[in-house]
Amino acid sequence: MNEIKKAKALLLSGGTIYDASDGSHKRLDILIADGKIKQLGTDLADGFSGEKIDASGHLLMQGLMDMHVHLREPGREDEETIESGCAAAMAGGMTAVCAMPNTTPPCDSQEVVRFLKKRGEEQLVEVLPIACVSKKRAGAEITEMAELVKAGAVAFSDDGNPVANTAVMRAALEYSSMFEVPLIEHCEDPHLAAGGHMHEGWMSTRLGLPGQPDIAESIMVARNIALAEYTGGHIHIAHISTAKSLELVRRGKENGVKVTCEVTPHHLALSDEALIDYDTNLKMNPPLRSRLDVEALKIGLRDGTIDAIASDHAPHSIEEKDVEFAAAPFGILGLETMLGIILKHLVQTGEMRLEEVLKKMIIGPRQILGLPLPRIKEGEVANLTILQPDAAWTVRKANLHSLSRNMPYDGWELNGRVLGVVNRGYFWVAGEARP
Amino acid sequence: MPLQQKHLLGLEGVSAEDISLILDTATTFREILDRPIPKVPTLRGLTVVNLFYEASTRTRISFELAEKRLSADSVNFTTSTSSVKKGETLKDTIRNIEAMKIDMVVVRHQAAGVPRFLTQCVDAAIINAGDGMHEHPTQALLDMFTLREKFAKLQGLRVAIIGDISHSRVAGSNIRGLKAMGAEVMLCGPKTLIPRDVEKFGVQVTYDVEDAIAWADVLNVLRIQLERQEAGLFPTLREYHAEFGITQQRLERAKKDITIMHPGPINRGVELDADVADAEYSVILNQVTNGVAVRMAVLYLLSGNEESVS
Amino acid sequence: MEIKVKAKVIDQEGLQRTISRLALEIVERNHGVANIAIVGVRTRGAFIAERVVKRIQETEKHKVPFGILDITLYRDDFRKRLRQPLVQVTDIPFEINDIHVILVDDVLFTGRTSRAALDALMDFGRPSSIQLAVLVDRGHRELPIHADYIGKAIPTSIGEEVQVRLMETDGEDCVLLVEAPKEVN
Ligand SMILES: [Zn+2]
Repeated sequence: MNEIKKAKALLLSGGTIYDASDGSHKRLDILIADGKIKQLGTDLADGFSGEKIDASGHLLMQGLMDMHVHLREPGREDEETIESGCAAAMAGGMTAVCAMPNTTPPCDSQEVVRFLKKRGEEQLVEVLPIACVSKKRAGAEITEMAELVKAGAVAFSDDGNPVANTAVMRAALEYSSMFEVPLIEHCEDPHLAAGGHMHEGWMSTRLGLPGQPDIAESIMVARNIALAEYTGGHIHIAHISTAKSLELVRRGKENGVKVTCEVTPHHLALSDEALIDYDTNLKMNPPLRSRLDVEALKIGLRDGTIDAIASDHAPHSIEEKDVEFAAAPFGILGLETMLGIILKHLVQTGEMRLEEVLKKMIIGPRQILGLPLPRIKEGEVANLTILQPDAAWTVRKANLHSLSRNMPYDGWELNGRVLGVVNRGYFWVAGEARP
Repeated sequence: MPLQQKHLLGLEGVSAEDISLILDTATTFREILDRPIPKVPTLRGLTVVNLFYEASTRTRISFELAEKRLSADSVNFTTSTSSVKKGETLKDTIRNIEAMKIDMVVVRHQAAGVPRFLTQCVDAAIINAGDGMHEHPTQALLDMFTLREKFAKLQGLRVAIIGDISHSRVAGSNIRGLKAMGAEVMLCGPKTLIPRDVEKFGVQVTYDVEDAIAWADVLNVLRIQLERQEAGLFPTLREYHAEFGITQQRLERAKKDITIMHPGPINRGVELDADVADAEYSVILNQVTNGVAVRMAVLYLLSGNEESVS
Repeated sequence: MEIKVKAKVIDQEGLQRTISRLALEIVERNHGVANIAIVGVRTRGAFIAERVVKRIQETEKHKVPFGILDITLYRDDFRKRLRQPLVQVTDIPFEINDIHVILVDDVLFTGRTSRAALDALMDFGRPSSIQLAVLVDRGHRELPIHADYIGKAIPTSIGEEVQVRLMETDGEDCVLLVEAPKEVN
């Protein structure tokens, strides 16, 4: 991996600045000094003697953010660490990630939040901890939310599991609404989904695998929206995957409920038909859905029902995935391929404009979490992603920065090369070896 | 034309030509079973492992007998889930077995897709002896063989499969095989035991067993498992029998030459009444004998594949 | 594939005569037809056997039991073959215990086919004796097997092959000496 360098004196020349906040495009060089944008202008290269990055043909934009990442540290450092996860994030064009709390121990205490903050401080990529909704993720008693927010938690979630007990969820939403942070819910009716290894439908019937019906998700989405409406809390639906859920979110938004949602790249690019060979790399939760669901999700992303794109990056060891389908754990890598998949499968196909999808990775997550949007202005911290949006590249498992390899995209041709990222006084440039 | 498969993972995608080849070859082997010495030296030197992760005495014995009748060496590896939980992965197990120089693996496993997974782990030819709720191709082949024996052809034959379709790999393979051979298939059972979107196989579905009986030339009656009641999918075995049981009285509405099949073991008095199981129109025991011949045919045809010859 | 014919060693008439002579010898050797049965080895051996049976019936006015043996499952080269040949049904509709079985084949070469046929036959019972009748013996035995009745002995060299062509399978009756085709199997 290429090393991360101090952005003491750095010039990004020849590129086009795309500012997601106003949608403007400007052909300007960016001069960075000590991590801050010192000057925006033309022909800044004259007389400049620091590090130069030739950004011609590239977009210079606010750093992308992935609000749904399983970094596995603490507990499963063999699968991913904060450092390797951040490296994967940079390769994917991210300058910020949210760390899901289903670690060992889970992030249900200030100690773990502080640990994550501390380990994240050394990184170019900002690591934003999400804390548990319930103690030990057991779904019974809510965590010390006030203290956790003070320690740096940006949201709450028991992701991996839903909060099955509706009364607990009500309390969590009411309580968390005092701190104006969202409650992120993995929506799954545990009884309806029990034992299901994939989406229930024609494909599960064909493959003889127990399925999870789409309503296992949408029933919980409906419950959570009702609770958000009743309590005034903010519910964020993680990895929304079905047409039915989407329709509920759409109606919730129309009714003024504080409901937001995110979608993953795999739920946009793949349907359950891909499971024909029982590839465990395609086993995740929520599972790949029907083609109709995929089409509905694309519409939802276009019409604004879906606020953000997030990867649900979930590393698993080779040993865990190299088993029969039923024995494999749920989860798929996503950080390094999210942008490429979206640009290939939504933008190149003409279904969405480049700027629309970029906003879902720049503005969307930050808005949901109430975080400030980085600004491309003189005097501001340089938080930038340098992207060549039309460049094609081929995914090579061997070149991934993640410690894990559980992804089905090996050999896939994707679009959009990340040249590098700048953040927190550092910059990183991608080497020739691509994921 | 030789068989166009290296493995027998299921009947999905298997052509009518290949199915016919297996059934024709089985006819030869069926004749061998009636000889004074019902054994041929064909597969001498070939080693077959029967890898059974699920207790299934019948299928295992049928395969074992087929292997012995062909003079193959066979080894049984029967294991319960408890010993699997001790840590060895399926991949390690199969690799270890293959290291002992084996040529074919007959596998039964509670998880769908395991036979396919094994093809990615080893070079040996893999025969699916039942994987989860997915397929049980040799059972469907022996069912079709038995029907062909009786009706001469499968084209246009009306077969009703009755019972727990959702959890039945026997149904899974029969539907695919019968459709490939041009038969008509109707599924019948409680709605809770009919899998989602199953009509896409090109089959009819009914929840009224009397409709199925009146329509069918053949009733393939599946075993109902008590654990489905425990999972709340139907209320009691008593009600199951009352609503879906095949009784002499119900068969009065059937065609004259109705044929009754059952993959065994039978719950007498639940899905099938004793007098029906033992009646002259029942071919249940023929199915058992034919099972050996069909499995011999499958072993024979797959053993000749160049890639499986060590 | 081009086959180069070196000589026609038996013509149509010759073939008829040879089969008649074989039939005669079988009857003579067994002192009649009371206790014999004829079994032909698939494919051409079966047709030759059928003709022998017909000839015996014409002369002896007696129907000799006739069966067909498929030896595919008894071959010793099975595992060397790339693809297994189609198995066909063996049809021996009589008891072979305590009778004289005359096994009929077209060409006797290495003896391996006959060995397989003997093994196959033994699985049907215990005949008093098994006798071997062949249309052509071309030499090059690899097993200690000899024929009791030989239509014609045709010494061949390696690189030559004997092809028996029959009306039933090839549309003509004759025996050809041909150059061995290059392909294995
Ligand atoms: Zn989740």
